[in-house]
Amino acid sequence: MKALILSVLLAVSAVPTLACETFTLGDLTIEHAWSRATIGADRPGVFYVEITNNGSTDDALIGIATPAAGMPMLHQTVVMDGVATMPHSMSIPVPAGQNVQLAPGSYHGMLTGLTAALKEGNSFPVALTFQNAGEIVVNVEVLSLRAEGPDCEDAN
Amino acid sequence: MRFSTLRILLWAAALTASAAFAVANWPSRTPSQPTEMAFVPKFALADAAGGTRKSEEFRGKFQLVFFGFTNCPDVCPTTLSEVAQVMEGLGSDAESVQPIFISVDPERDRRLGLAEYTNAFHPSIIGLAGSEAETEAVARSFKVYFMRNDDKTVPGGYSMSHSPALYLIGPDGDWLRQFSYGTPAAEILADLQSRL
Repeated sequence: MKALILSVLLAVSAVPTLACETFTLGDLTIEHAWSRATIGADRPGVFYVEITNNGSTDDALIGIATPAAGMPMLHQTVVMDGVATMPHSMSIPVPAGQNVQLAPGSYHGMLTGLTAALKEGNSFPVALTFQNAGEIVVNVEVLSLRAEGPDCEDAN
Repeated sequence: MRFSTLRILLWAAALTASAAFAVANWPSRTPSQPTEMAFVPKFALADAAGGTRKSEEFRGKFQLVFFGFTNCPDVCPTTLSEVAQVMEGLGSDAESVQPIFISVDPERDRRLGLAEYTNAFHPSIIGLAGSEAETEAVARSFKVYFMRNDDKTVPGGYSMSHSPALYLIGPDGDWLRQFSYGTPAAEILADLQSRL
């Protein structure tokens, strides 16, 4: 029995990487939380995540907080007329029945004032605050500087 | 019948006029789209070691040129990662392609460290950061746009807007084409391989 428990524990800890963890908050499913390694702590880090609203009420991501950065903010990369800008987003809509991705080239969390460089393989917590669903803390896996996203079996 | 013909003519005239107006007033900041008109962009900018690198010294090689800034958390790492993938995908042909990162935030990027940034993506990428005036001249030469935006929510209180495309310069120095932001590395690689 002990051996069985041990082997189950090992299997659970070995197979999915942290970024493939799924969190649930009410009607919301939150997964694929990841970040990129940074060179030192002077440049901002980034935070990406995928949110699915399985409910029938619209929600919105209105803030992020993390001990890893002094000033985490929501931003959106907008490419218009061949020019990329990165305006600050007050909130990111998560409409009922829809899937919203904070992903490269789109919405993202900008982690300004890093307390330490983000190192590949490490993880840090980020608290997400939603207008209706409230707050949840997710673990964010730091992938390589060159990563384009986590490699999860269920990833789109 | 005559009335409707007249109407069509008037509409045609109006459309032509508005098209002409749109062309004439096309914002100059808009980077040029792929076009048949070749031009030869020029630069003379300091590299991370302080030496001046000129466009002419890269003749004979294709150049993949990207304008960005090292404080950029989203667009720049994504594109430089693609450049790194392209360079790895080229294998032995990689020596015929020179990737170049031109800073649109040169003063800060020199301070933060240009070489450690470009090296983290791929050691073949040359990072260049000139003076403000030199950077503006290079942007004009490449027909690209950049601007400083004050933003209290980002480090240093400002961010940079910039053209996020990758520009392909030919061995003769001619501007060949741009790869718009988000073009998959495989597509860029295939384009380069077809030219090598």
